[in-house]
Amino acid sequence: MAERSTATPFQTLIDAHAGAVHAFLRGILPASDVDDVLQETMLAALRAYPGFDGSHPRAWLLTIARRKAIDEHRARARRPDPLAAPEQVAAAGDADGSDPELWGRVAALPPKQRAAVVLRFALDLRYREVGEALGCSEAAARRSVHEAVRALRAAAATETTEEVRR
Amino acid sequence: MSTEADLKRAAVAATGADLDIAALSAAVGRRAAAADILDLAYAEVDSPLGTLLAVRTPVGLVHLGYPNRSREAQLERLAARVSPRIIEAPAELDEVRRELDEYFAGRRRHFEVALDWQLTGGFVRAVLERTAAIPFGQTRTYGEIAAAAGSPRAFRAAGSALGANPIPIVVPCHRVLRSGGALGGYGGGLDVKRELLELEGVL
Repeated sequence: MAERSTATPFQTLIDAHAGAVHAFLRGILPASDVDDVLQETMLAALRAYPGFDGSHPRAWLLTIARRKAIDEHRARARRPDPLAAPEQVAAAGDADGSDPELWGRVAALPPKQRAAVVLRFALDLRYREVGEALGCSEAAARRSVHEAVRALRAAAATETTEEVRR
Repeated sequence: MSTEADLKRAAVAATGADLDIAALSAAVGRRAAAADILDLAYAEVDSPLGTLLAVRTPVGLVHLGYPNRSREAQLERLAARVSPRIIEAPAELDEVRRELDEYFAGRRRHFEVALDWQLTGGFVRAVLERTAAIPFGQTRTYGEIAAAAGSPRAFRAAGSALGANPIPIVVPCHRVLRSGGALGGYGGGLDVKRELLELEGVL
């Protein structure tokens, strides 16, 4: 019997990386979609696994997760549900001193910037791996994050100014 | 405002959540089996001998690992020899678990689960198939099994074949002894062989 290109059981990838994929999806999807898209991601990865070269499994899984999140987003757009609540990201608690308003502004970023911010700041990935997961260069990943940070600072400054005017 | 430290704090707070890996694996395993893309499902099965590792393909039980073996090493070997599409999906092993439970409780004398023989071939396979036919509570000698498999003088090779049994207990290689009645060898350790023979009333 022929030996395969990888001898790492798929379960090993689930054990090692499902937590990161879950956090990524929680950062870019409404909370109600996360579990199903996480399962879809793992199923698609399992299907493709015999052809996977075994390098950078976390970035590989995140790439698939992003594709599945986009599929879900398109499917949702095709079947508008009048009862559906407006998109909500998973609520950030402020018990730990974090700023839920800031995370609300992240949700309003363009999708790629938002994904880059989640990968960089929630998963603490290096820019090289952010780029791998988003299918772009390390430099482009760095640019996305910097543009996002600049946009968030600008939004915060506008809000502060408005508060002062009121 | 919006320093990278703030952003990091907010990102971790918004995305951090406990993930039940076992539940996720079970759900993915169930859907993968239904879609015919799960090549190997495994589960840990508690037994009086310790925790056994049961692994099946869509054909049937392909591997049963003794407690004294490393789970990671067994799964990596199966990944290389059968397929890396392996998920811990206990529901797929329900039937195996039930039959093993009944056997260890003394309520089952032979196994009915389907077997997948793909890890065996040639003389090994012939020896193991003869072994599978030895009834509960009976024993054979290495020489008898070798003869039944077509090579009367190959009793040593029969011993190695039994040592390579990928599905012990269910394929009862513990029922094969030396001609003088000595226990001979056993992959799971002689204590396990003795315990199984005691369970079956032979010792």
